[in-house]
Amino acid sequence: MSNKAKAAKADDDQVEVAESADSEIIGERSISDAELKSIAEALIFVADEPINPKMIADVVKVDRNAVERVLSELVSEYEDGKGGLQLREIAGGYQIATRPEFHEHVRAYLKSKPSAKLSLASLETLAVIAYRQPVTVPEILEIRGVQSPSAIKTLLDKRLIVAKGRKETVGRPMMYGTSKEFLIQFGLKDLTELPSIEDFQDLAGGTE
Amino acid sequence: MEDSTQTIDSEPATDATEAPSTISVAGAQPSIAPADDSDQLTVTLGEFEGPLDLLLYLIRQEQVNIYDIPIARITDEYLRYLQLMKELDLTVAGDFLVMAAQLIELKSRMLLPRDPLATEEEIEDPRTELINRLLEHEKFKAAAQMLWSRATVEHAVFTRAEIETDKNNPEVAVGLFDLLRVFQEILARHKEEVMLEIEREEVTMAEMLDRLRNMVRSAGEVNLLRFFEQARSRRELVVAFLSVLELVRLSEISLRQRETFGEITAQAVPAV
Repeated sequence: MSNKAKAAKADDDQVEVAESADSEIIGERSISDAELKSIAEALIFVADEPINPKMIADVVKVDRNAVERVLSELVSEYEDGKGGLQLREIAGGYQIATRPEFHEHVRAYLKSKPSAKLSLASLETLAVIAYRQPVTVPEILEIRGVQSPSAIKTLLDKRLIVAKGRKETVGRPMMYGTSKEFLIQFGLKDLTELPSIEDFQDLAGGTE
Repeated sequence: MEDSTQTIDSEPATDATEAPSTISVAGAQPSIAPADDSDQLTVTLGEFEGPLDLLLYLIRQEQVNIYDIPIARITDEYLRYLQLMKELDLTVAGDFLVMAAQLIELKSRMLLPRDPLATEEEIEDPRTELINRLLEHEKFKAAAQMLWSRATVEHAVFTRAEIETDKNNPEVAVGLFDLLRVFQEILARHKEEVMLEIEREEVTMAEMLDRLRNMVRSAGEVNLLRFFEQARSRRELVVAFLSVLELVRLSEISLRQRETFGEITAQAVPAV
């Protein structure tokens, strides 16, 4: 909602030239792909969170397919370019961000230090939840072989996991799953982008 | 054993300080260092998140095949490690004890002769379940590693800072007229305050002295009870009382009491 409102504001800026902007763009044909691409880029830039094609389509009042078409063009343009920015698909939407290779300079400017990393215990717990969701605390214990109450609290505090209802079994334990924040924090389009857990088999067996 | 570092009291640790030299488990190097607080010692046992972690570590140290674990050897190492934890006076977490029990059970089952009548397929390796759990655990450790490296890359990527909008900062969503209106409100409030101040004005000492002088001069004799009754506040009463004392001190008035506990009157002292 908020994004739409903000986006709408930005949209007004975009089409400032045409005073009666709304009436002009209601006719879907009147917007060229090139223009739509520029508008989409502007919206992605102002959006606080990854913005999805539907939101863009709703704001510009065009067909969603048209948005998706120009977005894929836009992504490849960014990939080809040698700019400092990347346009990437993340957590079900699109986002403009700096390229990781310039992090040193960006950090120097922002005077920011790399933020606190998760502990090993928290990461392991998060891995179990990510691959086995929705999963209950006893199930996590079974895989990790150790209780992880503080890790689960940390993950909840950092909004990386969310409660996903209760399992209809003895004691009705709470089930947990990963959140949208998890996708954003780990740079994932969606959960299917996670490497398959079976791919880790080779690593696991490789003790000899 | 959520945390591999524990702090223990110094007393039981005194005999434990020799432990590292006498006990070495599969190359694990526990360390004991005095904490900042001199009464406490910090004991580090290594990065073991739990019994499965410890087992994996021991298997690596012994360089044995995970699919063909020498249960007797690993169980011995495992128990030695638990012993070390006890000698260091650490509370051994229940999870570790459960695993110890399972290992010992496994060890005894390995010693039992196989059923001679069972076919090749029917013979199940008693270690299978443990191996599967270890493999599963190791997979998730690898997955955790993967998440760690993803997070590291992601920490090098920055998005733009938040844009200020009416929604996330409603305080700036005002125009010139809003400002004017607020300013007028402040002015109005200020006026009210001034009016209040006038109401609360207090009688000063000088005024009170004048009032007493005038009363004495016009009436010739003033009953102090009446004079004090005029006071409208506690402070005014105090001022009135002080002014009586002051005029007596200046010899402008004299006080007279005609009978014990009777009323006191003030008269002007004739000028000399």
